[in-house]
Amino acid sequence: METKEKKPLEKVCIICAKGNLEDVYASLVMANGAVMEGIETNLFFTFFGLEGITKKSMNHLHTATTGNPAMKMPGGLPFPTMLGGLPGVESAVSSMMRKQMDELGMPPVDEFLEMITAGGGTIYACKLAVDMFKLTKEDLSDEVKDIITIGEFYELCDGDRTQIIFT
Amino acid sequence: MAVKTIAGVEVKVTEDGYLEDMTQWNKEIAKEIAKELGIELTDKHFEVINYLRNRTIAKEALTIRSVGKSGIVDIKQLYELFPKGPLKFSSKIAGIPKPTSCI
Repeated sequence: METKEKKPLEKVCIICAKGNLEDVYASLVMANGAVMEGIETNLFFTFFGLEGITKKSMNHLHTATTGNPAMKMPGGLPFPTMLGGLPGVESAVSSMMRKQMDELGMPPVDEFLEMITAGGGTIYACKLAVDMFKLTKEDLSDEVKDIITIGEFYELCDGDRTQIIFT
Repeated sequence: MAVKTIAGVEVKVTEDGYLEDMTQWNKEIAKEIAKELGIELTDKHFEVINYLRNRTIAKEALTIRSVGKSGIVDIKQLYELFPKGPLKFSSKIAGIPKPTSCI
């Protein structure tokens, strides 16, 4: 019988570079899932991904209602792009989506970040992007450990059972 | 499926070592599974384990979030009790099926 040695992941470094609701949640679910599996986890927010850790915006993230061919009307019909561009539509659709996620037991972003750090995961913000958007540490969630450079991020990615995931 | 002797009792277990039948569970079995995972069980552990078993009997999906809101432990304490496997290890020790939730 063939036996294969398992080499489980030891560390993941997840990069969240987009600020759409679904992009931020993809990163959060993956990071939290890794922490729950006992995998060392670093979560790095950059560019528009910073929306997900900025106190003012993190619990009000939007999903794009234009340029999103996967978007459907309730009932499953395609969502007309023209409709998505009307004022207030994106906001309404996004809040509907957040409500549905809440019903499934998915936590709001601030609570999700707390869950990740409670399990030992670490959250970082990208220095270049923070400077570009003229943010400070005070604008960011208290769960953010530090604002670091890309070089420092790569230093965190050492180890031969480490994976970098870009969402 | 396999049969394994845990704490002197023959129990049916899955490939991953989860009990097939949660009614075969007892405290001694819990202690022995915990020992294999490097965990020494305290009263607090059993409070969590009983909570998980009751919720499973009630057919509720378990998440670390729901355990964190149970009033028994917060999420940080749950990780301290069951390091590196807050839901997986606690479920295994509680004799309930492998968790299927993503959160």
